[in-house]
Amino acid sequence: MNRLQRLVQSSIGAKIAIATTGLLLFAFVIVHLLGNLQLYRGRDAMNSYAETLQHLGPLLWLARLILLGLFLSHLVLGFRLYRANRLARGEEDYYVKRSAHRDDLRRQKAKAAAMMLASGAVILLFVLYHLMHFTLGWIQPSAHHLTETLPDGSTRHDVYGMVIAGFQNPINVFVYVPAMLLLGWHLFHGAVSVLQTLGLTHPVWRPVAEKVLWFLVAFVVVGNCFIPLSILLGFGPQGG
Amino acid sequence: MKLTLHIWRQADRNSPGRLVTYQLDGVSPDMSFLEMLDLLNEQLASSGQEPVAFDHDCREGICGMCSLVINGVPHGPLKGTTTCQLHMRHFKDGDSIYIEPFRAKAFPVIRDLVVDRSAFDRVIEAGGYISTNTGSAPEANTVPVPKEEADTALDAATCIGCGACVAACPNASAMLFVAAKVAHFAHLPHGQPERHRRVLRMVQEMDRQGFGNCSNFEECEAACPKEIPVRFIAEMNRDYLRALCSRAADEV
Repeated sequence: MNRLQRLVQSSIGAKIAIATTGLLLFAFVIVHLLGNLQLYRGRDAMNSYAETLQHLGPLLWLARLILLGLFLSHLVLGFRLYRANRLARGEEDYYVKRSAHRDDLRRQKAKAAAMMLASGAVILLFVLYHLMHFTLGWIQPSAHHLTETLPDGSTRHDVYGMVIAGFQNPINVFVYVPAMLLLGWHLFHGAVSVLQTLGLTHPVWRPVAEKVLWFLVAFVVVGNCFIPLSILLGFGPQGG
Repeated sequence: MKLTLHIWRQADRNSPGRLVTYQLDGVSPDMSFLEMLDLLNEQLASSGQEPVAFDHDCREGICGMCSLVINGVPHGPLKGTTTCQLHMRHFKDGDSIYIEPFRAKAFPVIRDLVVDRSAFDRVIEAGGYISTNTGSAPEANTVPVPKEEADTALDAATCIGCGACVAACPNASAMLFVAAKVAHFAHLPHGQPERHRRVLRMVQEMDRQGFGNCSNFEECEAACPKEIPVRFIAEMNRDYLRALCSRAADEV
């Protein structure tokens, strides 16, 4: 325990911890998107998937607890690093500030790094909105109580209908799409930083792993933007 | 060449400083940046004003004494060059040049453009010794060192400890400096016995001195006059994690 404490308290350890929690949260986001893509397999597939998750019972709550723990540690570590870094810079700032980078991609990477607290804060607000929308049903209570009647007469929660109703409302689409683009910006820094922080320097595997991460980030952004847009613009799954 | 210089003047550590503007005429394009400041100081001294204090020593780009943030970039606009090796031909007649000290909480200003970089010495000190036999020199090839490893160790060893990495980093992080010092020994057989202890102690001291954390801005690599790559930071991260899992963590 002592070593774990030391890890988190040291500068490098805190970075390793924030990178690891970030990576695990990223894995969750990918799985979450894969689940959401069930929408395109129709009402039955989506609702069965949702029902399976709901029937996990205590396991579902365990998963939620782990997720909450990861999210909170990522957030607290990020805020602590930000504060320490501001303090390290000192009171007097440079009169002229200029990046020493000469190439554009590096300058973009540095910009994404500088934006991590801001993009993270907006993502936090989005997560709260998202939970109030689809999990708690406070945003659109009418859509939250939709049910699907199965051939045997029993009913189950109509998640498919709820999502369609959610994204037929342009306001929600205008919240989700920019939030997902910002998440992409946040993950862009994560993708280029995580391997550095975790110390992968292999000349062959590092570039390969970096490309895989970039692809996954693109998948998350495109996938998560495609769902609301396809529903709003009417070329995706439709209600009824 | 005629230049407008905006130079940070500060009487001592506790007094507030400010940018003061000077007009300087008669600058030759063949002068180094420091010679240009010498010229300014001669003129200031002869007119009874206090010359600008700045650090310098070898003026050959190898001692790590010269500093200065020139137009927002440590060691000025030329890639892989110290301030002393930067020549005025890289500026134009009539240019305005802003000259500020290296800034970081761990590098307090002593006077004008001179900052106290002894925090680096304390990190080096924390690194400790390497185990080696004293007495007559051993036969040169007793301990074979692969060429690639020797080259990498030397790449890291080119660090002159100037502090440009800290000055350039938005977080005032000293990771590139510490990583270079750690890698220097981690790539050589002589550095192995104390490898874990060394990285633990140096990182601990780095944190204690009040340097920031790495956010992978990579500004340090871009500003480094010796072009030390940030890959060494990744190596240090891995070394640190490994050391924390080793027995060395019990004693450090």
